[in-house]
Amino acid sequence: MTSTVTGEGTAPAGMTDVVLSLHGVTKQYPTTPPVHALRGVDFSVTDGELVGVVGPSGSGKSTLLHIMGTLDRPTAGEVTVAGYNISDLSDKDLSALRSRHIGFVFQQFHLLSGYTALDNVADGLLYTGLNVHTRRDLAEEALLRVGLGHRLSHVATKLSGGERQRVAVARALVGTPSIVLADEPTGNLDTKNSDAIVELIRQINDEGVTFVVITHNREIAEAFPRTAGLLDGRIEYDTGVRR
Amino acid sequence: MSKGNGLIPSKLHGADALRTASVGLRTRKLRAALSALGIMIGIAAMVGVLGLSESSKSDLLAQLDRLGTNLLTVQAGTGIGIGAGELPDEAAGMISRIGPVEQTSTVSTVDANVYKSDYVPAGQTGGITVQAVDVNLLETLAGSIADGKFLDGATATYPTAVLGSVAAERLGIREVTGTQQIWLGEQWFTVIGVLDEFELNPDLDRAALVGLTTAEDFLDHDTVPTSVLVRVDPDYVDAVTGVLPATANPQNPEEVEVARPSDALEAKEAADDAFTALFLGLGAVALLVGGVGIANVMVISVLERRSEIGLRRALGATKRHVAVQFLGEALLLSVVGGIGGVILGWAVTGVYANVRGWGTLVPPIAIAGGIAAALLIGAVAGLYPAIRAARLSPTEALRST
Repeated sequence: MTSTVTGEGTAPAGMTDVVLSLHGVTKQYPTTPPVHALRGVDFSVTDGELVGVVGPSGSGKSTLLHIMGTLDRPTAGEVTVAGYNISDLSDKDLSALRSRHIGFVFQQFHLLSGYTALDNVADGLLYTGLNVHTRRDLAEEALLRVGLGHRLSHVATKLSGGERQRVAVARALVGTPSIVLADEPTGNLDTKNSDAIVELIRQINDEGVTFVVITHNREIAEAFPRTAGLLDGRIEYDTGVRR
Repeated sequence: MSKGNGLIPSKLHGADALRTASVGLRTRKLRAALSALGIMIGIAAMVGVLGLSESSKSDLLAQLDRLGTNLLTVQAGTGIGIGAGELPDEAAGMISRIGPVEQTSTVSTVDANVYKSDYVPAGQTGGITVQAVDVNLLETLAGSIADGKFLDGATATYPTAVLGSVAAERLGIREVTGTQQIWLGEQWFTVIGVLDEFELNPDLDRAALVGLTTAEDFLDHDTVPTSVLVRVDPDYVDAVTGVLPATANPQNPEEVEVARPSDALEAKEAADDAFTALFLGLGAVALLVGGVGIANVMVISVLERRSEIGLRRALGATKRHVAVQFLGEALLLSVVGGIGGVILGWAVTGVYANVRGWGTLVPPIAIAGGIAAALLIGAVAGLYPAIRAARLSPTEALRST
């Protein structure tokens, strides 16, 4: 059932291990004076990794996430996601790439307030072309995975912050993406819920899902198997996979 | 498109597009209702106006059909140098010899007053006139009797009277018992009938009608026709109108006035048409304002829902999917308003037509046109906000909290 979602078999062969790679990526915003958000970033993630990217505000974290998530294109450099070089793809193709290969978790959760947890998660598959029954079945599965089996029909606004972020994680997972990008996933949560979400991410990574977590919280980032430090638009350090 | 790169394009099923388009309506119900209201009022005004004008027109046609458009009245003209004119005694007879004339009926105004009894002061005439008429008057005018009987060969020679509807009301006579008497020209007359309203000749509603012979015998009246009512073959109405003055009064044809009472009804309708155009214009303005309201709400909605737009782009929506969502929302708003407007317009027409005793007739073109106009307005109003939403870059949309 899940193989229909990824369409992985059709990806160009040869780089199956590397899910995401950035090569010499620069991003410059044409303001006056111009802002150099990223200055030649080389970064790659292989299948099954859990990477924490840490940096202070203004270090280019958000820009990096947007470029990794194909929501924005680099000024220079090469970005490859799930085997696709994004400079070869049109805007429409990028939408297709996102719908099948990239999952997002945001700091503000971004749930539709009037909808149930189940419908919010099912919306993660809205643009894949799957029919509504399949979407709901998969959404239920995903909610069970994040431990919200008892909250399926709760409206998003009735859920606690921690539960909302779990719903958002489930929405990111539901399409079995090649990579999940989390932008400050604990930024709007208290310590207890924050720890629980980090634990959830670890647990899901253990099941084989590739994660990149962007955060300003050094403690969280450094607890992950691999940590990369971002400063002034450059990767300052990259621990590689520890142990 | 997937130009051989193996990517399966993003897709949004029709039902899902409808569902995303209704997100704004469901989550912001009051705002949606208020913005649809503008369109609803505009459409209701247009449907109502078209429905009412159509209903009244069909009623008029039925009325004309019933009363006929072939009645002409020949009257002695009044005016400077003419005075209160008179028609020659033989006018009716001469007119009836015109080929296409089917029927003539003489009316002669009697110089007398009518009172409820002889105790009523002479000044309180109640504005009721006395008219001596032919027994075929009712038939000629397509009038009808409310109670009792009209004059016939026998009663037209005795002191009996038939009252017009207004006259009967003023004299306090609602139904005919056969024993009611009125004080008419210093004599007691028995009331034998009360008439319904004359649609073609309302003057006679305020009259007490007596037979021509009665007037001569009892009221000392010299029968000079005040007017002659003429029924003509419908195909020759204009031709007969042309020759009537010279026939009625060969010596002074210029003193004769010929009128066609059904023209008055048609003129009234034409005046209504002018109002119809005015109200249609008002409806169009309301519709336009409604459209501007929807555009306004949609622009605000796009601004407020930037993060939702960003999220949808992140989930794989194309620009087009986003445009479809917001255009769809504008269309839904306007269609809801349009359907509501058609129902409201229909209801208004139904109630008003019912009050006026017309049949309710809402032309299908008004219904189809109302919904089509609403759709068009919605499309125009939604286009710009939808394009704006689609052009919003995903990063910009997500940056706003």
